[in-house]
Amino acid sequence: MAGADGDDSLYPIAVLIDELRNEDVQLRLNSIKKLSTIALALGVERTRTELLPFLTDTIYDEDEVLLALAEQLGNFTMLVGGPEYVHCLLPPLESLATVEETVVRDKAVESLRKISQEHSPVDLEVHFEPLVKRLASGDWFTSRTSACGLFSVCYPRVSSTVKAEIRQHFRTLCSDDTPMVRRAAASKLGEFAKVLELDYVKSDIISLFTALASDEQDSVRLLAVEACVSIASLLPQEDLETLVMPTLRQAAEDKSWRVRYMVADKFSELQKAVGPEITKNDLVPAFQNLLKDCEAEVRSAAAKKVKEFCENLPEDSRETIIMTHILSCVKELVSDTSQHVKSALASVIMGLSTILGKDNTVEHLLPLFLAQLKDECPEVRLNIISNLDCVNEVIGIRQLSQSLLPAIVELAEDAKWRVRLAIIEYMPLLAGQLGVEFFDEKLNTLCMAWLIDHVYAIREAATCNLMKLVEKFGAEWAQNTIVPKVLGMANDPNYLHRMTTLFCINSLSEACGQDITTKHMLPVVLKMSNDQVANVRFNVAKSLQKIGPVLDSNALQTEVKPVLEKLATDTDMDVKYFAQEAIRVLALA
Amino acid sequence: METTKLPPTSPSSPTTGFSVPSAEKVDGFPRRSMRRARQRRSHSSSQFRYQSSQVELTPLPLLKDAPVAELHDLFCKKLQQCCVLFDFLDCVADLKGKEIKRAALNELVESVATSRGVLIEPLYPEAIKMISVNIFRTLPPSENPEFDPEEDEPTLEASWPHLQLVYEFFLRFLESPDFQPSMAKRYVDQKFVLQLLELFDSEDPREREYLKTILHRVYGKLLGLRAYIRKQINNIFLRFIYETEHFNGVAELLEILGSIINGFALPLKSEHKQFLVRVLIPLHTAKSLSIFHAQLAYCVVQFMEKDSTVTEYIIRGLLKYWPKTCTQKEVMFLGEIEEILDVIEPSQFIRVQESLFKQIAACISSPHFQVAERALYFWNNEYILSLIEENCQVILPLVFATLYRVSKEHWNQTIVSLIYNVLKTFMEMNSKLFDDLTASYKVERQKELKRECERAELWRGLEEQQERRLQILGEASRNQKNLQERGEPPQPSSTQTAFPEQPNPELSGASSNT
Repeated sequence: MAGADGDDSLYPIAVLIDELRNEDVQLRLNSIKKLSTIALALGVERTRTELLPFLTDTIYDEDEVLLALAEQLGNFTMLVGGPEYVHCLLPPLESLATVEETVVRDKAVESLRKISQEHSPVDLEVHFEPLVKRLASGDWFTSRTSACGLFSVCYPRVSSTVKAEIRQHFRTLCSDDTPMVRRAAASKLGEFAKVLELDYVKSDIISLFTALASDEQDSVRLLAVEACVSIASLLPQEDLETLVMPTLRQAAEDKSWRVRYMVADKFSELQKAVGPEITKNDLVPAFQNLLKDCEAEVRSAAAKKVKEFCENLPEDSRETIIMTHILSCVKELVSDTSQHVKSALASVIMGLSTILGKDNTVEHLLPLFLAQLKDECPEVRLNIISNLDCVNEVIGIRQLSQSLLPAIVELAEDAKWRVRLAIIEYMPLLAGQLGVEFFDEKLNTLCMAWLIDHVYAIREAATCNLMKLVEKFGAEWAQNTIVPKVLGMANDPNYLHRMTTLFCINSLSEACGQDITTKHMLPVVLKMSNDQVANVRFNVAKSLQKIGPVLDSNALQTEVKPVLEKLATDTDMDVKYFAQEAIRVLALA
Repeated sequence: METTKLPPTSPSSPTTGFSVPSAEKVDGFPRRSMRRARQRRSHSSSQFRYQSSQVELTPLPLLKDAPVAELHDLFCKKLQQCCVLFDFLDCVADLKGKEIKRAALNELVESVATSRGVLIEPLYPEAIKMISVNIFRTLPPSENPEFDPEEDEPTLEASWPHLQLVYEFFLRFLESPDFQPSMAKRYVDQKFVLQLLELFDSEDPREREYLKTILHRVYGKLLGLRAYIRKQINNIFLRFIYETEHFNGVAELLEILGSIINGFALPLKSEHKQFLVRVLIPLHTAKSLSIFHAQLAYCVVQFMEKDSTVTEYIIRGLLKYWPKTCTQKEVMFLGEIEEILDVIEPSQFIRVQESLFKQIAACISSPHFQVAERALYFWNNEYILSLIEENCQVILPLVFATLYRVSKEHWNQTIVSLIYNVLKTFMEMNSKLFDDLTASYKVERQKELKRECERAELWRGLEEQQERRLQILGEASRNQKNLQERGEPPQPSSTQTAFPEQPNPELSGASSNT
């Protein structure tokens, strides 16, 4: 083997190419992924003259291999000799840009876009642009689709004659026979518009945009909505009304819900792009319609945008618009037939209180919050509870606490453990906002009940929750309220509950500090080392390892060490292992 | 063309007997538990709500009572009446109107089906208009975004009581002896067909069933639309394969295509071959293959029976898209291969046997016993067995090592005994070759191991070399930087920006002298 004796210029290309041709796909894939190593071994010249032609010729392979190849070639500039030679990479990438599999093609286009930047302006016109043209006029739709993504990268750096050709090609593809190509063109319309001179945006792009937005296929029309955002932000305000708005209005009322959904989904971006005046006159009624749309999908996309839309309304008329136009729609959505709509609304509705201020919140929004807190769907209630902080800032949480409690209790006892898990996660937040008194009175029992839940994930989350509560309310509170209860479980007949005690101690010891840990927790842990269940005993070893750093050296030497030594001679293999581990980590040997 | 020669509706796939429990059943915490209980099983498109004002319907006289002179006029009025749409999600709304429309539709269906001379030219635009208004709509979003056609119940169309009659009317209209394609083609045009094809995405299987028969009739009667229909079906499939992976009507469209392929003239046009290679074969990659595999395999075999020269494309295509991880699909592929081999020309078999039997060997060594079993069943097929026998010299060396190894290693006893049978068959076919291969098995294994070692060695060398070069280049660029910092002019060879990885020709030349 050549490589073994240290002379590394002698790798015969045949050996390397054999690796790239291996019968086993996995090995072939591995070799392709290390293509840069091979190229480095060959040197730039032979990479250009031998390796690249080989790669170009053997494009028929598994898509997986082609994907790796397309990715590699994007980083190959230096390996073929720098920007001067980067055009050598175009032939294999051109073939890759025509294959059927979308991921391969997209990766090839991505690599082409990357290396286009490394072309000199001359090379771009001599080598790159002709490639784009070839792809744009290819027979099969795949190459034309790929071409769509390449116009915008070469347009800014070519001469005006070539620019005109590029615009012509793009125009052709926008009215292509196959919907696949029209979709590709529509999805790149915004990007292309950004690199065009403003005059051409007005003359060319607008007509393409209008045509695509009224395509016979809704999958094309909806992509035009995305382009609308970019196009609108390019045009001066005075042109928007005539050039963009007719199309946008039509899209908002399209007969296909997919298009209307897209409008709802992009509403905030559209709002920013068209500016405050058009928003007031056009977008407000359009938004009302979307909130009242007959398809739940559209309503829920619009409901998600309620807060953002209201926030971005012009300040002078914000409150009026919300109160007279938006609020009534929001009220209806609270009792929508679809739970997805309600839950989308619940995730943002609390945000309105900061915008509307205290009085309006109490008068108009509070009843809606309360209604949603009583919603039959747990997700709606959870979304409200998870956003309580917004309301807390404006009106304080007391207003809600009466309704909050039953909602929390119900969620805490929900039959689905994922719902219980979700509410546990909000407990520290709620505790912070409701205050220690309210918590002790109403919520403490719930938190303790979760410790003996029959689902491990809940017990684990409950343990973590206790730690966060102690961090909030302090060690003294812990000693008085939760530590006694936690330690009491050490005598539970169920070994899972006894283990929960250990898990709680693991996470609480640090927050509670040395004093409580040594005086109250340690004795319990040590006592449990005599438990008859091995799982408990090895968890004692683990716990001792965990709380060791919190204890003083005296306690470690006189109390912990003997117990661990005893456990290290346990009959159970795992107990032994963890005891020895703890002795090692705590340096007690 | 009149007889609908459609393939048998999905013969139960070989796996259904012992369907592997899906992850869902194994998982103790099914994701479905998060889904809401679906209360309503039917769904309606939003078209109804776009109708501006609701028209009150009044019953018209019965068609059968109408004097001949007024018959066409009354027929026309009934068609217009049927253009009114009703809200079916509210099941008690306007019951009277719904009943009037239903009765009118029934009468129209019966009239087109039974009486002659009703379909005169002025009625064509009215009839097509009534059909368009009723059936063309944007399909509603699926109630269940994770809709799995194999597991979940489909959402049914709420307005079916009317819709069904409209479809029935359309079908009778097309099948009527009075139907004149030359008149119909003015109204059943490309735009109409495109909308019709989009409806195949309907989740309601009853609707797709009607659409299938109707499209088949349209294809049969309106010759001018044939090429267009084929092209649009291609587009639907390509979008399904490469963009959305979602379309409910693939099986139905394939069923129609099966009968279309049947009627292709010979020699096959390149358009049709392209359809096979670029659309039908890639369809095998779909995640939901099991739903339409029977229809797809039927189409593929139809192509082969038309023109045996496409065999090689088909087999190579299937091998290219052979499933890597999904064993359920692998079993389907093996089933399709057997169907293909059943009708393969021996001359075509020789062209593909090597790559094919390498794959079959790989399947035999699959740890999933159903895959191994399905592959080994090939040896129970007499025609395949005769092909293997004729080409024993080529095939046996390809599969021998696998059979030998798997016979000793496989965990499943059924597989082991199947392999013994296959080995026995081979022994009887050509005992000399069999003995030679047995004798050389160990040597071959050793050679293989040696090759593996060599490969590892090669890559180790290459990587060491890369390390060294990068190091040298790194030092070089550092030195260069130092030089530049001292204000000395840079080396002529390093006018480009100093990149640590830059394999500068000069430098790599220098490194080879070390």
